Amino acid sequence: MSVQLVVFFICALIALFGAGGVVWSRSPVHSALSLVATLFAIAVLFLNQNAQFLAAVQVIVYTGAIVILILFVIMLLGVDKLENLADEPLGIGFRVAGGVVAVALLAVLLAVFFFGGRTIVTGKPAQATFGGTSTYQPISQQAVSNPQAGVIDTADVPNINLLGKQIFTQYILAFEVTAALLTIAVVGAVVMAHRSKQVQPIPDEPESLDSGADLAAIDAAGEEVREA
Amino acid sequence: MLNLIWLVPALPLLGFLVLLFFGSKIGDPLAGWLATFMVGAAFVVSLGLLTGLVNQPGNTFQQVLYTWVPAGDFNVDVGFYLDPLSMTLLLVICGIGGLIHLYAVGYMQGDPRYHQFFVYFNLFVFSMLMLVLGDNLLLTFLGWEGVGACSYFLISFWFERKSNASAAKKAFVTNRVGDWGYLVGMFMSFFVFGSLSYADILPKAPGVTQATATFIVLFMLVAVVGKSAQIPLYLWLPDAMAGPTPISALIHAATMVTAGVYLLVRLNPLIAASYGWVPWVIAVIGAITLFVAAVLGCVQRDIKKALAYSTVSQLGYMVMAVGVGGYSAAVFQLVTHAAFKATLFLGAGGVVHGMGDEQDMRRFGGLKKPMPVIYWCMMMASLAISGIVPFSGFWSKDDILAFTWNAGFNGPNSSPLGIVLYLVGLFTAVLTGIYIFRIVYLTFHGRARYDDPVPEDILQDNAISEAEYADGDLEGDHIEIHDGHAHEPIHPHQPGWLMLGPVAVLAFLSVVMGFINLPFGKADFLQSFLEKVSNLELAPAGNLAAIPVNNLQTIVMLAIGTSFGAAGIFVAYRLFKAEKLQELPIVGKLPLDPYNQLVTWFMGHPGRVIFDMVEWFDRTIIDGAVNGVGKVVAVAGEGIRRVQTGYVRTYALGVALGAVLILAFVVTRVLSLS
Amino acid sequence: MTNLDVPYLVLAGGLFAVGAFGLLYRRNPLVMLMCVELMLNAVNLTFVTFGRMMNDLNGQVIVFFVLVVAAAEVVVGLAIIVAVIRRRPGASADDLKVLRG
Repeated sequence: MSVQLVVFFICALIALFGAGGVVWSRSPVHSALSLVATLFAIAVLFLNQNAQFLAAVQVIVYTGAIVILILFVIMLLGVDKLENLADEPLGIGFRVAGGVVAVALLAVLLAVFFFGGRTIVTGKPAQATFGGTSTYQPISQQAVSNPQAGVIDTADVPNINLLGKQIFTQYILAFEVTAALLTIAVVGAVVMAHRSKQVQPIPDEPESLDSGADLAAIDAAGEEVREA
Repeated sequence: MLNLIWLVPALPLLGFLVLLFFGSKIGDPLAGWLATFMVGAAFVVSLGLLTGLVNQPGNTFQQVLYTWVPAGDFNVDVGFYLDPLSMTLLLVICGIGGLIHLYAVGYMQGDPRYHQFFVYFNLFVFSMLMLVLGDNLLLTFLGWEGVGACSYFLISFWFERKSNASAAKKAFVTNRVGDWGYLVGMFMSFFVFGSLSYADILPKAPGVTQATATFIVLFMLVAVVGKSAQIPLYLWLPDAMAGPTPISALIHAATMVTAGVYLLVRLNPLIAASYGWVPWVIAVIGAITLFVAAVLGCVQRDIKKALAYSTVSQLGYMVMAVGVGGYSAAVFQLVTHAAFKATLFLGAGGVVHGMGDEQDMRRFGGLKKPMPVIYWCMMMASLAISGIVPFSGFWSKDDILAFTWNAGFNGPNSSPLGIVLYLVGLFTAVLTGIYIFRIVYLTFHGRARYDDPVPEDILQDNAISEAEYADGDLEGDHIEIHDGHAHEPIHPHQPGWLMLGPVAVLAFLSVVMGFINLPFGKADFLQSFLEKVSNLELAPAGNLAAIPVNNLQTIVMLAIGTSFGAAGIFVAYRLFKAEKLQELPIVGKLPLDPYNQLVTWFMGHPGRVIFDMVEWFDRTIIDGAVNGVGKVVAVAGEGIRRVQTGYVRTYALGVALGAVLILAFVVTRVLSLS
Repeated sequence: MTNLDVPYLVLAGGLFAVGAFGLLYRRNPLVMLMCVELMLNAVNLTFVTFGRMMNDLNGQVIVFFVLVVAAAEVVVGLAIIVAVIRRRPGASADDLKVLRG
């Protein structure tokens, strides 16, 4: 029984329950809060794996900015109506298909993890094996075990320094590009959210589907529009 | 000088193009003069080529203009191959063609589509020249098809009458059967020799297996049977008389129908390389044709149809000559036949013209006085065709008979069949005399019958034809009805000198043409000329000098030949010159051509069922398959369209599904499972 | 020390599957966006785990960039959602069908 194991289990449970909450909550606000729980659990898991900087960034950026943003939009736009989850306009078959696909996805992923004996890129046997010797090393006993790859952490150099060194030397181009990407995203968001003088609603539109409006009529209207 | 060989087909082609685009502006009669000038100029060039050719070593000349089909292994040029054989035919086509063009200038005068006629006529001459001058099988086939097409155009020149159009269709379809044979032969030649050029095929012919050569020759024989109107594909020629008379003269007597004979002579090394029985097959076909056609010719009432059967018979002589190895004799007969048959046709055309488009000989009689020039010209030609010494037909027919007799004894493939064929040819000479002088006597001698009451069946035919013309009256334009107006009185008159001139010239030629190839010693100019054709050297039987005869035997055979011809004339005299008996007794009890009527019935009834089935197959299955491809695409597209639902979530499902599949693929194939 | 590699990966896989299912299940665009974030986080966890397993820092570097791009993506996605919902209040993902995409 080690600390890592306990931490892992607790955080894993929190993460899974949080994910379930995101999917199954009827109110979007509840979903957002569940998401916060999950993200926080994942941040702790990062910490567990010697990714200290990432844990911090996860909390600050993801939990502290992105989810807040989402909550703002929910509140601003009043999208917090309770969704009628039992209703599925695309038919129950869609839900079944969705469930099947998700389960299949999980199965395939697990198959990769359990049965994948080699790395795809190099073809060499992967270092991780199930039930074999562990390569896991606790924080206090880090050693330089792979001098060629960038080590995660040493007793002398903290994780953030190493990370910084990698980013600003090997990945400098990607860094600059992502900076530009952020700028573009901001500009785009500003443009799109800009409210023009008059907001013209589309004249003859039916009600939204979520309140259980007549789907057949809406579909027929859609057909008409398409035929035209 | 020889470099101008391309000019020979180019001139009629130029005439064709000019008349095609500007003919209606040029009009009657200038269009005709232009066409005639073109062909005449081609003739002059041909004379020049002749002088050039005789001075050429080996007597051959080849000129390649450009590569027509450069398709890798399959390389076909547009080139001209001039050797004595094509030279001879060149002179015949251009010379006789030119004279007939001149005749047509007068004959077609007043026709509303005058210039159109000469458009087709020049195109025909061009095609025929390409056929003869082409240095490869494909170019010859171009000409072959071209003359077939022009024949179709010209037979149905007065297409307002349905039966003319039907006759043209019949000619074309029957020829098509022959074309199929040509195509298969051509394919086989390419397969075996790797080339279609005569320069490649003919020298290599002795090297192929007998079976291969036989295959090619037999299929080419099908083509010849179609084009040269042999049994059993001769049916189209009598019906082709529906076209204007210059057509009958040029196409269906002098040139197009002889294309088959040209082809066989050109391919004689292949014939020599095939099995021994193959030339006999050719000869027998020719013999049957010449006999049956002569018999049928004796009972025809229409003057042009009678001459048509005569043409079929004479073509049979030519083909028989080829079969027994008398290639030069066949060419000789071709030349003389062109002269006297053209005379006969043009003269008959003059008669018909002068009799107000009446063609039935029962309404003729006593025309010697109103049409003396025509009478004497046709008399010359008739004597020639009957084989009376010293007219041209005598020399050529006896040449053929000599070869046939000789094939019974000498040569590698001799067989008593040669004797039988000789006797058939000889007996048919009698029939030839009978039928041709029947025409002469019924038309020119005896009592003038054109004022007699018209026979019933002629009246009915006239009514039918007038109804057909009325049916075909497309825009209410004035349409010339080219059938005898049976209810109008006839005033026979001789046509003008524009039409008589060519007839006279041709009659003169039918007298003297024989002297180009006398069977005595050094006087056989044509034969020695043709001997120098390199490919003919491979067929030594084509050399009359190889026949071991002495002059006495030659004279005896000549005498026999001419006496049989004279006997035929005598029979005709007895039967037809006398006032009262106008027909052979059997006429009226038998149909005029039972085989023809059988085929017509077959095409109409059982044949029609087959044609309808084929048409159904084409429409439903083949078109259905083609259209079906389009339909399948449309239906499939319609189905696949449903993938694009517009719902984002279904797209997401698709992505997820794709991801699952790819991962599954990776897991099972790429990774090794422990 | 028990080897926790596979459990981490299983957890990440499970989170990813839940996120995928949620994306297909829910219609509210914002909740769908949150499910996308869930999937991205699962991927981050995977990368970090593998980085640790192979003692390679590159795993964390990748996560760094994923984080940045995810942030940008959320920004733009929210802007779009705002634009759509402003025009048609109470819209859901299915209403985008009228765009005939």
